[in-house]
Amino acid sequence: MEDALTVHRLHFAFTITFHYIFPQLTMGLALLIFILKTLALRTKNEIWNDSARFWAKIFGISFALGVVTGIPMEFQFGTNWSQFSKSAGGVIGQTLAMEGVFSFFLESSFLGLFLFGEKRLGPRLHWVSSLMMFLGSWLSGYLIVLTDAWMQHPVGYHLATNGSYELKSYWALLLNPWGLWQYAHTMLGAVQTGCFTMAAVGAFYILSKQHDTFGKIFVRVGVTVGIIAALLQLFPTGDGQGKMIAEFQRPTLAAMEGLFQTQAGAPIAILGQPDVPKQRLDNPLTVPRALSFLTYQNWSATVQGLDQFPQSEWPDNIALLYFSYHIMVGLGTIFIAILALAAWQLFRGKLFQSRLLLWALMLALPLPFIANTAGWITAEVGRQPWLIYGMMRTRAGVSPLVSAGSAWFTLLGFLGMYTVLGMLFLFLVYREIEHGPGPDNSSPAHTTVAAAAAD
Amino acid sequence: MGTIWFCLVAIMIAGYVVLDGFDIGVGILHLFLARTDDERRVLIRSIGPVWDGNEVWLIAAGGTLYFAFPALYAASFSGFYLPLMMVLWLLILRGVSIEFRSHVGGHIWSVFWDAVFSLASILLAIFFGAALGNVARGVPLDAAGNFFEPLWTNFQPAGQTGILDWYTILIGVASLAVLALHGAAWLTWRTTDELQDRAHAAASLVWWLVAALTILVTFTSFRLLPVGLLSFRVHPFGFIFPMLAIAGLLGVKLFLRAEQEALAFTASCTYIVGMLTSVTFTLYPNVLPATTGLNYNLTVANAKAADYGLKIGLIWWLIGMSLAVTYTVFTYTRFAGKIRTTDTDDHATY
Repeated sequence: MEDALTVHRLHFAFTITFHYIFPQLTMGLALLIFILKTLALRTKNEIWNDSARFWAKIFGISFALGVVTGIPMEFQFGTNWSQFSKSAGGVIGQTLAMEGVFSFFLESSFLGLFLFGEKRLGPRLHWVSSLMMFLGSWLSGYLIVLTDAWMQHPVGYHLATNGSYELKSYWALLLNPWGLWQYAHTMLGAVQTGCFTMAAVGAFYILSKQHDTFGKIFVRVGVTVGIIAALLQLFPTGDGQGKMIAEFQRPTLAAMEGLFQTQAGAPIAILGQPDVPKQRLDNPLTVPRALSFLTYQNWSATVQGLDQFPQSEWPDNIALLYFSYHIMVGLGTIFIAILALAAWQLFRGKLFQSRLLLWALMLALPLPFIANTAGWITAEVGRQPWLIYGMMRTRAGVSPLVSAGSAWFTLLGFLGMYTVLGMLFLFLVYREIEHGPGPDNSSPAHTTVAAAAAD
Repeated sequence: MGTIWFCLVAIMIAGYVVLDGFDIGVGILHLFLARTDDERRVLIRSIGPVWDGNEVWLIAAGGTLYFAFPALYAASFSGFYLPLMMVLWLLILRGVSIEFRSHVGGHIWSVFWDAVFSLASILLAIFFGAALGNVARGVPLDAAGNFFEPLWTNFQPAGQTGILDWYTILIGVASLAVLALHGAAWLTWRTTDELQDRAHAAASLVWWLVAALTILVTFTSFRLLPVGLLSFRVHPFGFIFPMLAIAGLLGVKLFLRAEQEALAFTASCTYIVGMLTSVTFTLYPNVLPATTGLNYNLTVANAKAADYGLKIGLIWWLIGMSLAVTYTVFTYTRFAGKIRTTDTDDHATY
C-alpha cells in the first residue's frame, strides 16, 4: 500500500462507488416522477400529485447528496490523474464540460422550480419542470457515460506529436458505438433501482397496513415499469454490451467469464472461484457450450481464453472482475424472476394478496444498488491495465507529484465524511418513509416544528 | 482561439464568484445577522432555490477549463491538491447543511447545521481568496509543467512557496470581507423589517473594511509583482477594469445610502467583476505564472487544447450557455420578491 498508484486508484474507486449510489436512484426516480406527474395531469386525480410530491422529497435528498459527492469526481481527474488529464483533456474534457453546461444547469434550475414552485407555476408548468428534470438527469448520464466510453473504446481522436490526444471528429466522440450500448444498459439499471425502491416502499406500506392506497400505487408503478426495464437490461442492451467487449476487449471477456484456456464450444460458468496462479476455475458449475453460443451464435465457436494473451494485457484483478460480473448477471436474473412473477400476479389482480411476493419486493430494495455497482466495477476493473484502452496504461496517468501520503490523507477524509453522509441519508429517507405520503404534505420537519410551537 | 477561451473561462469564473459569492456571503453572516430560528430560515430560503444552480457555475467553469486548457487544469489541480480537497469537503458540508437543516425539527439539529453552514462558508471565502493569491503570485512549476505546494512553508511569497503565505492570507481575508459585503447587499435587497435593517447596517460597516483592504491589496500586489503594471502600460484600455471595480465599490456605498437595494447589489457584482477582470488582465497571456523562471510559465499558447476541439467547443458553448443563462434568469424571476418570516412556500423544506 506504499505505492501511490494503488492509493490513487482506491481514492477514485471509493469516491465514485459512493457517489453512484445517488445518481442511479435519482435518474430512475426522475423517470418515475415524470410518469406520476403525467398521470396527474391526464387524470386530474390528486392522488398522483400526492405520490409525486412524496417521491420528490426522497429525490431531493438523494439529489443533494449526488451533487455534493459529484463535484469531487470532476476535480479528481485533475488532482489525482493529472498526466491523464493533460494528455486526454482535449477530448474527454469536451463531454465533461458539456455535461456541466447542458445538463447541470438544466437539472438544478428545474429542480429548484419543481421543489419550491408548485403553487407559483401551476399544474402545466410544474409538469414541464418534472420533464426538464428528467431530461437533464438523463442527458447528464449520457455525457458522463460517453466520457467513460471513450476510455473504454477511444474514437474520433488523433495522437499529436507531443503525446496528447486531440479531438479529430466531434460526432465520432458523441456517437461512440460503445457509449450507446453502455448508456442504454446503464440507464435501464438506474430505472430498476428507481422501480425497486418505489415498489419496496409500497410493499412495506401494504404489509405494515398503512398508507394502503399509496402502497398499491407505488407497487403497481414500480413493477410495471420495472419488468420492462429488467427485460431490456438483458436483451438487447446486456447482449450488445457483451458483444462490444467480445470485439474490442477480448482479454476482459475471458477474465469476466473465468475462461483461462481457449476452447471450441466454450462453457459458461455459473459458479466457481477463479484460481489465477493455477489458471483454472475451482468448483465450477457450468453450462456446456453456452459461452460460444452467446458470444458468436454458434454452439461450437472457439472462444479465446486468457492463455491467448500476454499476461501484461490481463486485467490486474481477475477475481474481482469475475465476481462483480457474476454478481451483476446473477442479480439481474433474480430481478427478472421477481418482477415477472409480480407483474403476472398484478395482471391477474392477485399481487396485493400475495404476501410472499410483497415480502420479496420489500427485501429486494438493496439488490439493484449492488447490481449497478457490480456492473460498474466490471466495466472499470475490466478496462485495466489500461486507462485508455490499448493506448495509455493506468500507471502512466497518475499525478506524479502527489505522494501516497497526501492521497491517503484525503482518502481517509472522504471515508470519514461519506460515512456521516451515508448515515444522514438513511436517517432522512427513513423519516420520510415513516411519515408517509398524503394530502398532509408537510414534511416531518414542519410537523415537529408545529408541535413544538403548540407546546 | 486560445485568447477567446481565456476570456470565456474568465467569464465563467467571474459568473461563479458573483453568483455563488452572495450565497457564501449569506453563510458568512448567517450566525451574526439572524438570531431566531425563523430569521435563519429566511436567510436560507433567500438562497434555497438558487444556491445549487450557482454552484453549477463552478462545475461548468471547471469542465470548460479542463477541455480548453488541459495542461493548466492538470498542473493546477494536482499542484493545489490539498487545498482543493479541503474546498471539496467544505462544499460538501455547506451543501448538506443547507439542504438538511430544516428536514428535522428540534433545536440541537438546526443549531448544529447553522454552525456548519456558517463556518464552511467563512473558510470557503478565505480558501478561494488564497487560491486567487496563489495564481497571481505564481507557483514553482518544473520543466514538465508540474508542481506540488504544501499548505504552508515559511509564509514568505518567494522561494519554496506554500499555499498560505502572508500575501495569499491577505487576499483570503480580503475575499472574506468582499463576499460578506456581497451577501449583506443581497440580504438588504431580499429581506424586510428588522432583518433588512441589520443587513443594511452590516453592509455599511463591512464596506469600510472592503475599501481599506482593496487599497492595501492593490498596493501590495503591484509592489510584490511589478510585472502586472506592464500590461496596463502596453494596453491602456485595460484601465477600464480597475475603473469598473472602483465605480462598483463607490456605487455600493451610494446606493446603500439612497436605499436603492437592487442597485447596491448590482454595484457589488460590478465591483467583484472589476476586481477579477483586473487580475485576469494583468495575468494575460500567462495562465499560471511560474516562480521558477519565465520559461516555465504556463501560457495561453502552451496550455490550450488543439484548435479543432476549441472551435467545435465554441459552437456548443454558446448554445449551452445561452440556455443556461435563460434558465438562471427564469429561476431568479420566478423566485423574485422579498422573503418574509411569515411566508410559507409549497412543501418547501426550508
